[in-house]
Amino acid sequence: MVQGHNELIAEKIEAHRGMAGGLLPLLHAVQDAIGYIPEESYLAIAEGMNLSVAEVHGVVGFYHHFRTHAPGRHILQVCRAESCQAMGCSELETYVKARLGVDYHGTSADHAVTLEPVYCLGNCALSPAVMFDEQVLGRVDKATIDELLNTLEAA
Amino acid sequence: MSVRVYVPCDSGALSMGAERVAKAICAEAERRGLVIELVRNGSRGLYWLETLVEVGTADGRVAYGPVKVADVASLFDADFLNGGAHALHLGVTDDLPWLKNQERLTFARVGITDPVSLDDYLAHDGYRGLRNALAMTPDAIVQQVTDSGLRGRGGAAFPTGIKWKTVAGCVADQKYIVCNADEGDSGTYSDRMIMEDDPYVLIEGMTIAAIAVGATQGYIYLRSEYPHALVSLNTAIERAQAAGYLGEHILGSAHTFHLEVRRAAGAYVCGEETSLLESLEGKRGLVRFKPPLPAIEGLFGKPTVVNNVISLATVPIVLDKGAEYYRDYGMGRSRGTLPIQLAGNIKQPGLVEKAFGVTLRELLYDYGGGSASGRPIRAVQVGGPLGAYLPESQFDTPLDYEKFSEIWAVLGHGGIVAFDDTVDMAKMARYAFEFCAVESCGKCTPCRIGSTRGVEVMDNIMQGKQVSKNIALVRDLSDTLLNGSLCALGGMTPYPVLSALNHFPEDFSKASAIASETALADPA
Repeated sequence: MVQGHNELIAEKIEAHRGMAGGLLPLLHAVQDAIGYIPEESYLAIAEGMNLSVAEVHGVVGFYHHFRTHAPGRHILQVCRAESCQAMGCSELETYVKARLGVDYHGTSADHAVTLEPVYCLGNCALSPAVMFDEQVLGRVDKATIDELLNTLEAA
Repeated sequence: MSVRVYVPCDSGALSMGAERVAKAICAEAERRGLVIELVRNGSRGLYWLETLVEVGTADGRVAYGPVKVADVASLFDADFLNGGAHALHLGVTDDLPWLKNQERLTFARVGITDPVSLDDYLAHDGYRGLRNALAMTPDAIVQQVTDSGLRGRGGAAFPTGIKWKTVAGCVADQKYIVCNADEGDSGTYSDRMIMEDDPYVLIEGMTIAAIAVGATQGYIYLRSEYPHALVSLNTAIERAQAAGYLGEHILGSAHTFHLEVRRAAGAYVCGEETSLLESLEGKRGLVRFKPPLPAIEGLFGKPTVVNNVISLATVPIVLDKGAEYYRDYGMGRSRGTLPIQLAGNIKQPGLVEKAFGVTLRELLYDYGGGSASGRPIRAVQVGGPLGAYLPESQFDTPLDYEKFSEIWAVLGHGGIVAFDDTVDMAKMARYAFEFCAVESCGKCTPCRIGSTRGVEVMDNIMQGKQVSKNIALVRDLSDTLLNGSLCALGGMTPYPVLSALNHFPEDFSKASAIASETALADPA
């Protein structure tokens, strides 16, 4: 675990102690702050929230959103749901994977992008859709992906 | 007076570059020494025209779209600030047939107002429902909602008033209002639009629900894939609270209602109400057995109203205009309107709010304009990933809960995803099993294991291996899922699978001819 994370996580635990159903908000707060939920923090989280380590582990593992390892600098989510399939997202998926040289849940070699599948971004009127960090893009084609990744590489 | 220019801040519009268009318009106005007032409104729901820019004129708001940054200078050249002629000029927005023929009740303000402006909300009939509710007895509020005929818009179509009555009738030290905003169905985005583009209407609906059943705490369980809705809701909650519409002594009354947004974490199954409650309690989203009903033992074991975004957002207009006004729309036992979302391979996708009774064909062709690819529409999936696929022969079915049941389909959340004739329905059936496997909470065996077995059997069918035997296996497996699952995830996965198989059997035997030749050559 990166130095400084312990203090940060302790702070978040303190802020959520006693909150009704506070485990998910706490996990979000930790992931928002450092990008993931280190397994080394389960014990502290469990003690702070009056849970067992197994419960914390179970919750982190249950939800697709939570990750236990540091992601790349950016997260690219490609929608795989029906509406995007109807507009050719399978081709787009293949292209993005090849372009980044990773499969889903993988991070590109330069640590710039972590690729994730997503099942609906609510932008189904403008399929296919992807989300780059918190920015939704609609009617995405290979050119959109190229533009996005070229900008990253240039930066 | 400066001219008002409207550029949507809805995430769909943003996904088409609305932010850059807004900036370009401001920069160009400044360059030309013109004073404009930029309003960031919600989306009108004509998504194929996003970014849809509107200008306030003496004749009403005039629309231009789809506007790209490169069009901005020419719009100014064409004097668009006075509604001037331009290739992107669409005319007075309210007169566009696509909008004019809709019956926007729940979506009355969406796209018109600045979503987080409380003044705008009040100026457009906002909080009239709450004011009426405050002058009524809780029983009368529940009765009003019951009489309106409003049924759960999340998909289950359970009468909202009956649910409220159950919670109202419980004696407890604490009751909750939970808004299910975990809109995970592909092809649906009406919840997102309400939350991003008119958040106060949801807050108002939840407040009315709280008063009706005696709840003092509410939660909006919002999917993590909707970051823009989170900002919009939190801003609106803060402002509503500051103005006395939330918190203690609502508008000077004895009522208290606190509201908080809780973020989900990307589990589709948490859209199921009991799984959602587990998640809100900080646990894994495992589905609960019913009974007890959440209305009696819900969140933290207390009586809880769990309603979908659209159901709650429809309550204010019912309380404002009366049960009869709302009930007069619709057909049969499906009363009122349904916000329908056109998606997938469709030329003019967007939000169409219509009274129940409109047919799929009208929606797909009159509103949707046919497929985006220009090829024939071969199948549509209605009601999300657990909804049935319908062939062209069923396009005249009116949107009505019972009529859809009759053809073994569901309306669900009103999402319609169109596919053209390049679709492989065997692949879509396989995907339905795959999705179920990815999202299963794992509590019950048919869903947890059946979904993975389903993928395997579909793979065999698609490779042409013992097709008729494997199709029989898919039917048998679907029967187990239908009858043996705890919740709709496992219980309804057979809808897309079997409807694809029943309506498009030719897609399931494509590989069989080739395979039978291979089998002859290689008996193993």
